[in-house]
Amino acid sequence: MSAHSWNEERLAELLALLKPPPQGWVEAAAQLPALRAMLEDLVARAERDAEFRAALVADLEAALAREGVEPTRRVLDELRARLETD
Amino acid sequence: MTQALTDAQLVARCRAGDEAAWRELVERFSRYVYAISVQGFRLPEHDAEDVFQEVFTRAYTHLDRLRDDTALRPWIAQLTRNLCLDRLRDSSRMQPASDEELESGGIDEALAAIDDALTVHEELAQLGEPCAELLDRFFARDESYKTIGEELDLPPGTIASRLSRCLAKLRQRLEGRNTASNTSGGR
Repeated sequence: MSAHSWNEERLAELLALLKPPPQGWVEAAAQLPALRAMLEDLVARAERDAEFRAALVADLEAALAREGVEPTRRVLDELRARLETD
Repeated sequence: MTQALTDAQLVARCRAGDEAAWRELVERFSRYVYAISVQGFRLPEHDAEDVFQEVFTRAYTHLDRLRDDTALRPWIAQLTRNLCLDRLRDSSRMQPASDEELESGGIDEALAAIDDALTVHEELAQLGEPCAELLDRFFARDESYKTIGEELDLPPGTIASRLSRCLAKLRQRLEGRNTASNTSGGR
């Protein structure tokens, strides 16, 4: 970082630069570990149980809702990709 | 708003599967990532949201690839910058632009200012209350004297002078940090 002579006007400008993002974004990112664990669990169950896998593939949104997970586009894309590769 | 753990300690705990540490990492860098995409690269909100989630997804997935745990901040900055550029390239498919064109418009200056802003924000967290919350509410959250007064139970007439004193305290801390940095030959 460059050398600075801090002054109050500059500090005010810099403080204003770091605005908080929408809380929902932060919450979604913070819940990544729990979400990952849940997706791992779903994929593992799908590998063990063909019937469960068929139901999952047939309606991902409903399956996620049953697990208490909001079926966002990002979650759906990731789960779809995992099911295709497994 | 205390910063008890260093970035390196936070990375170590995240690698060990500590979900609270991960949440702290997200909260520590959320404004930084948001500012790079929205203030630096001027992405529209929906693109900025995708970049935001992708940055933290990649950070979470690839944390083991970070070779120097103290370099978390530049690593996250680089991840964000690359994803923003990808977005800009995608959006300019109809009108192809070179990387130089995509990165023109003073982005380097904007990113340097955002980096300084994070340094100030880290120091703000160490300033303690009520200064940290007062400065954050007024400058970053754009709250009015009236709202701040109601939320923090302070007479609105005293807020301007408190803000001024808090800014002066923040400046002193940052100047102390510069002095310490110069004495030790930098961080």
